Amino acid sequence: MQTYKLKNNVYILEGFTMVGPLEGKGPLKDYFDYVIQDDTLKEKTFEKAERKLLYDLIINAVDKAGLKLCDIDFFVGGDLLNQIVSSSYTARELNIPFIGLYSACANMTESLAISSIFVDNKVANNIVAATCTHFSSAERQYRFPLELGNQRPPTAQWTITGGGASIVSNIPSKIRIDSVTFGKVIDYGISDVNNMGAAMAPAACDTIKTHLENTKHKISDYDIILTGDLGKLGSEILIDLMEHENIILGQNYSDCGCMIYDKTEKVFMGGSGAGCSASVLNSYVLYKMKKGDFKRVLMVSTGALMSTTTSQQGDTIPGIAHAIELVYEANCDNFPNNKIIKAKNSKLKNSKTKAKNNKSKI
Amino acid sequence: MDKDKRNINYNIYVESKVPKTRAWPSLIKAFILGGTICAIGQGFFDMYTYFFPNLSESEVSTCMLMSIIFITCLLTGIGVYDVIGAWGGAGSVIPITGFSNSISSPAIEFKKEGIIYGICVKMFTIAGPVIVCGVVGSIVCGFIGYFV
Repeated sequence: MQTYKLKNNVYILEGFTMVGPLEGKGPLKDYFDYVIQDDTLKEKTFEKAERKLLYDLIINAVDKAGLKLCDIDFFVGGDLLNQIVSSSYTARELNIPFIGLYSACANMTESLAISSIFVDNKVANNIVAATCTHFSSAERQYRFPLELGNQRPPTAQWTITGGGASIVSNIPSKIRIDSVTFGKVIDYGISDVNNMGAAMAPAACDTIKTHLENTKHKISDYDIILTGDLGKLGSEILIDLMEHENIILGQNYSDCGCMIYDKTEKVFMGGSGAGCSASVLNSYVLYKMKKGDFKRVLMVSTGALMSTTTSQQGDTIPGIAHAIELVYEANCDNFPNNKIIKAKNSKLKNSKTKAKNNKSKI
Repeated sequence: MDKDKRNINYNIYVESKVPKTRAWPSLIKAFILGGTICAIGQGFFDMYTYFFPNLSESEVSTCMLMSIIFITCLLTGIGVYDVIGAWGGAGSVIPITGFSNSISSPAIEFKKEGIIYGICVKMFTIAGPVIVCGVVGSIVCGFIGYFV
C-alpha cells in the first residue's frame, strides 16, 4: 500500500532552521532559529555557501536535540543541485552514513518518511533528515545569471535561501510521526517551467486523496494541511482539483510557499525550493505542535521532477508529492528540550570547533 | 477519460487561471526606459561632437556606443542593471545596453569556474543566439542584395 502506518513510536525530536535575509523579514521570522545576514556565508561561491548552510543546519539540529554527532546513525537528505552535491559534500564532512535522495522540492517529506521507516523497523535509533536550497545557486543552475536584466512572468516563484534539519528518533517527544504516504509521479502535460505550481498540483491532489483514503481520515481531522511550494496559483488549482474529487479543503489548508514571504515582497507566486517546506515544517509547524496548538498535521511537500535539459527538449513536467502525518503527543513527559524558538536570541554554533569536538569524541 | 484529453483540458483550465501581464503599463514603462536610454545616447553623441569637432559622424557614434556599453557593464557589475531591466522590460533589452548586459552578466556569474571554462565559454550563452541570427541574417541579405 502507498501509505505506511508506523507500528512503533517514531518521533521528531527536534528541528533546526536557517533562512536567508529576505525570508528572515517574512511573517515567520520569529519562528526561524537563525537568520543569515550574508547569503554567501563567507564562502567564495554560492554552491559552497549552500553546502555550509546544510552543514550548519545538521550540526545545530543535533546539538539542539541534546545529542552528539556520533549518536546519529544516518544522514538522509538531498538538495536541488545537480547530482545532489550539497548533500554529498556535506556528508563528506560529517563522517556518518549518508542516504542521498532526490525528489526536487519534496525532499524534506521524502527524507522524513524514509527516516521514520528506518527508525520504525529498528534499523536506526537517531537519523538526521535535512535539506536546503539557495536562491543564487538554484537560479544559476535552472534559470539565468543573477545580474541579467530580465523580467519574470507573473506565475514565477522565488527559490528560498534556507533549509531545515529534523532529528527523527525513537526517543519520545511531543511530535510523533503517525504515517507516511509516498506519492506517484503525475504529469498533466504542463511544460511551462515558470508555472511549477500548476505542474505539481495534480500530484499533491493525488497524494492527499490517497492518504485520506488509506488512513480513513477526513480533512476536518487535521489542524493544518500544508503543501510544500505550490504557490498562490498552485494552491488555488489544488483546491479546485480536490473539489473535483469531492474533498473540500477549508480554512485549515495552507501552502508553505505562500506563508514564507511578506506580501509586499516581489516574489510573484511565492516561495519554492526544497528548503521552503523544510524551513516552515521545522520552525512554525514544530513550534505550534510543541505548544499543542496543532494536534494533527498533514505535511505534503511537492516536487517538480524536470531538468533544464528535458525542459529545453520540450518535455512536460512530472510532479511528485510525499505526505507525512504528524500527531501531537500530550503525555510525553521526558521530552528533553523545551527551548522556545526565537530567531533573535539563538546563537549559531561555530561549526568548525563543533566538528573537531565530535571527531575527538569518536 | 484518456490521458491526452485530460491533459488538454487541464492545460486549458490552467491557462484560464494564469494571471495575465497587463500590456499597457508594461508598454509605457518600456517606452520610458527605452526612450531614456536613447536620449542618454544622443546626449553622449552631441557631447562628443561638441568637444571633438575633428571626429567624423561614424567615429562619434562608435565612441557613444562604447560609452553606453561601458556604463551598462558597470551598472551590471554593481548590481543595478537587473533592477532597471526588471522594471523596464523590453525597453532595456532592445537598445545596445541589453546586449551588453547579456554578455557581462554571465561573465560575472561564471567567473568562479575559471577564465577559459567560465568566462570565455559562458559569456555568450545568452547573447550567442543574437550574434548567430545577426550573422545568418546578414549572409541571407548579402545573397539577396548580390542577385537583385
